[in-house]
Parts: sequence; C-alpha cells; structure tokens
Amino acid sequence: MNWITNYVRPKLGTLLNRRETPDNLWVKCDECSQMVFHRELAEAQHVCPYCSHHMGIIPEERFGRLFDKGEFETIAQPETATDPLQFRDEKKYTDRLKDARKKTSRDDAVLIGKGKISGVMTVAAASDFNFMAGSMGMAVGNAFLKAAETAVEAKAPLIIFSAAGGARMQEGILSLMQMPRTTIAVQMVREAGLPYISVFTHPTTGGVTASYAMLGDVQISEPDALICFAGPRVIEQTIREKLPEGFQRAEYLLEHGMLDMVVDRRKMAGEIGKVLRMLMRLPAETAALPDPNGETLSGIVEDKSPASAKSDKT
Amino acid sequence: MLQYLDFEKSVAELEGKAEELRVLAKDDPDMDIGAEVSQLEEKAQKQLSELYGKLTPWRRCQVARHPNRPHALQVIESLIEDFTPLAGDRGFAEDEAVVGGLGRFRERPVVVLGQEKGADTNERLRRNFGMARPEGYRKAIRLMELADRFNLPVLTFVDTPGAYPGKGAEERGQAEAIARSTEKCLELKVPVIASIIGEGGSGGAIALATANRVLMLENSVYSVISPEGCASILWKNADKAQDAAAALRLTAQDLLSLNVVDAVVAEPVGGAHRDKGQTIQSLGDAIEKALAGYDGMDGGKIRLERREKFLAMGRQKLD
Ligand SMILES: [Zn+2]
Repeated sequence: MNWITNYVRPKLGTLLNRRETPDNLWVKCDECSQMVFHRELAEAQHVCPYCSHHMGIIPEERFGRLFDKGEFETIAQPETATDPLQFRDEKKYTDRLKDARKKTSRDDAVLIGKGKISGVMTVAAASDFNFMAGSMGMAVGNAFLKAAETAVEAKAPLIIFSAAGGARMQEGILSLMQMPRTTIAVQMVREAGLPYISVFTHPTTGGVTASYAMLGDVQISEPDALICFAGPRVIEQTIREKLPEGFQRAEYLLEHGMLDMVVDRRKMAGEIGKVLRMLMRLPAETAALPDPNGETLSGIVEDKSPASAKSDKT
Repeated sequence: MLQYLDFEKSVAELEGKAEELRVLAKDDPDMDIGAEVSQLEEKAQKQLSELYGKLTPWRRCQVARHPNRPHALQVIESLIEDFTPLAGDRGFAEDEAVVGGLGRFRERPVVVLGQEKGADTNERLRRNFGMARPEGYRKAIRLMELADRFNLPVLTFVDTPGAYPGKGAEERGQAEAIARSTEKCLELKVPVIASIIGEGGSGGAIALATANRVLMLENSVYSVISPEGCASILWKNADKAQDAAAALRLTAQDLLSLNVVDAVVAEPVGGAHRDKGQTIQSLGDAIEKALAGYDGMDGGKIRLERREKFLAMGRQKLD
C-alpha cells in the first residue's frame, strides 16, 4: 500500500520556455491552441483572450495588478537554513535550489507584498510555481509567518495566493512541519481580528491545500484550478477507476462546498477589494479609482521589476 | 503466527527448526530436545540482535509496517482503562480508521485518539488500512473539542500510511478536514501527547500529531512522503525506495536529532511485535512522564508552548 504522493507534474514547462525566449513573441494557448501576442497576454494577466484559460503568472506581475496603481512594497524575508537533511536523489537538493534560484531570480518560492487594495492596506503573499513547483519547505513556511506578522503589525488583512505541488520533499519531515507552522500564521491573523483571504490558483495540492490554504475566512479560486489533497493520478491508481470530468477542479470544489467563489483573474483585485472593505467595516468605495490596468503593466512585463515597487530586500 | 520479514530469513530458519523439534518431542516424550532447542533459540536471538542493532532506514520501514506490530487499539486496550469508544463526526459517517473515546490512563481521565490499521483481513478492510477519510479527522476534531471543554488531556496514537486518497474523501474535503484537525490540535488548552507507534504518514499523521510532546517507538517511521512515493517522483523509479528511505531521514533517531520528536521509546530486540506487552508498558511510562510535565500548568501556557515548539521548526541555525 503506497502512501499518498501529493505531486502534480507541472503543465507549465512549455510556458516557462516561452517566457525564457524573448524572441518568441507569440504564445500558444494550451487550451484552445490560439496564438496570442505576448504583450496582449501580459495585459490580460496571462489569461487567454480567446478561451479565458488561466495560465501561470509570476507573483510580481500578479501584484502589479492586484494592488492599487500596481504599487506595493516588497517585504524582506528571514534567512532560512538551506538543505537541513543534506538531501540528494539523482541530484543534490542544493543544486536544484541553485537552478530554481537562477531560473526565477528569487531565493525561494514566495513573494510578499504590502500595499493598498481598493484603498485598504493589505499584505499579500504569492507562490511562484516556477520555483520547485511552489513546494512548501522551511523558507516558504517562514515567508507565510513573516507575511502574517507583517499583517498583524500593520493591522492589515492577509491574502495568500497558493500554487504548489505540495510539500518540499527534499526537506523531509521539516517540510511536513510547515503545515502546523503555516496554520499558526493563520491563527495569528485571526487572533488579531483581521481577515485572511485564501486564493487558490492552478495547481494547489497536498500539504499546502491541507493546511493554510483551506483555512481562509473567505476562499476564492481562479477558474479551472486543480485543488486537491491527493492528486488525480494517485486516486486513479488507488480506486482503479477513471475520475469524472472536472474532478478536483475549482468549479467542482465550489459545487461541493469547499470554496466561496470562483473568480476570473481579471476581476480578482476588484472582488478582493470589495470583500476586504466590508470585512474591515469600511464604507463602499465611491470615488472611481485610477484604472489599475493602466500604464504600469507594460513596464512590469518588460523588465520584470516594477518601477513602482519599492524593495527593502537586503 | 509470527510473520518474518525478508531480512529475518536466517532467524526464521533457526526458530523454525526449534519449533519442529518441539512438535516432534510432543509425539515422543522420551526425546530430550532441551539442549538443542535452547541452542537454536540462543543463536536466533543473537542473529536478531545483530540484525536489529544495525537496521537500515528501509528495514525500519518494514518493521514499522509489520502486520504483527501492536496497533492503536491494542495499545489503547492495554494502557487505557474504562475505554469508552465514541463514534461519528455528526455530519456524515463513522470512520473506523480513527478510533477515539474516553478512558482512564493510569487513573486520570483522558480523551484518546488513534489510527487503527486492523488485525486481520476483514478488520483491515473495515478500517481502510488505517487511512482516514475526512469524517475520521472531523470525529477527531469533535473529540478534541470535548477534551478541551472538560479539561482532559488528549493522547493520540498515530499509525497510518496516510490519509485516504479516494474520490469521496476528496469530494468531502479531505484537505480541509486535515487542516482543521491540525488547527484544532494547536488550539487546545489541554496537553496533547502524540505517540507514533508505526507509520506516521504525512498529512494524515500531522493532523493528529501536532502535539506538545511527540513520542516515537524506536522502529516507527514518520515522513512527509512514503519512500516508495518519494522514489517514484524524485528518482522516477519506485525500486529506489531504499535510497529514498535513507535520504528522507524518517527514523526515530533521525527525527530526534532534528528536534521533531521529543523522545524515542525503546523496543525489544526483534521489534515491538516480539514483545508487545513490554513495548506498550514502556510507551505508557513515557506518556506518563510527558503528561506529568503539564500538571498544574495554565491552559494558555500549554497552548503557547505547543505553538512555540512548532514555530521553531524552520528557525534552525543557519550554516
Ligand atoms: Zn485559449
């Protein structure tokens, strides 16, 4: 009898390649096979303009469209011990980390940003699936704790965008221990009387789903995101039958009572802002805000570092 | 009947011969086998202590999964008096992979929870091989709330390959149930003492093991993923499970050095299944000692201590 293997092979490999090739200006949608011009795709927040398929998006770009005017401050993360088990499979964990860092230009999978959403000062954390499948190890646990502490200090709500293949196996039991640790992060925000919104993106699986992600005051998913504890392949192997169409997808979970809503990425900032203002007992936003889909975006896409985003990372 | 593991073949042969002699002697009372039998048994003992003196991580996994190993109900029946099982999650079903209820541990009333794999084929099926569905975790949450309300310590006995990866389990919120159970463990103002008695399988285990004190039987394993699962993902070859078992650092000794468990409870030579009574009593003594540390402690402090303990698991010294 096998244990559960919580892991989903990323469908993002192709997406990555085209991100890394600046010459490749046209992106083929995995769903509808339409060719989309890269700038058009970035402006649509990596949602296919033809079929609304939600592709992967890096945290910087997401935050560029989540926070008012794309303005946010990057919150520095505590330094974390690497490779506690001196783990190696066919490859050393330290080498895998090196590769992931080179590929994504970040130390680990999570980016924390602080800024206003619909005028509400908010702390958001987002996982980058390109960094070892967004898997949760000690650094990710520390990042969510830091995000929660920052939210509590600023009396601000917390939003976490999840995207993960599960636990970081290379950190063994210490990756499992991030389930209680991130649960404590949620408890700290709750004890401070602040809202915590959990946003599921494709895919969110394993120990990540089974900890902080499922503990939101409000739970939102992007359309068609795979959300599960055990992956579909593992289940099919266990029960030896084919799973129904759409099983473990966001809409299926909504139907089964596990989510509050499924929201298109292009409407996410507005929906979150509306909910936050009510949970924070603030009046409805009356003044029309400057369009957050404005000029800042193309800048973000070109140089990958939003000019508007201050960084205090040391 | 005692089952032997592949690496115990030489022991099986010696003990088999001794048994054969005993059977022969039964038919022929004049036969004097005493010396020969004790010689064989001595030899078997020696082999056992050699083998168990240097168990590889993979062999420990095998011992941890041994079908004759004391399971949760056996431990509960030996250690808990007046055990009164309580059933159901009050929402959907009674999940027999999780046993729980009220009882007395060395006189003090407690709430006990355990994952039960089952002793024979029928029971294993009924208990789903110790793989809980959401209802099992929701029952655990309900009983933990009961413990908190009546100020009773919680003793958990963890032994599961993992939470059940099934269609219905997913539909009814396996992930949410595990998350809530872990969260409940962290909320309690009563001491929670977890004992890993066999397999501590990933999220399915942590949901009942987020405890003030985590004890582990010497030949138990506790891991984020099974060696087989890890091997098939990282090595892309399930046959590399032995390598994965070593890399994952899943033995009690490893986990003690990583400060993830607080104490390792020794097992008799040849594993817990060779002397269940002694193993269970040693575990009981360790639980009693752990519980005594919380006598008179304020509930808020008990909760805080548990939180601090887990918060530390990621703030390890930087190299
Ligand atoms: Zn499309």
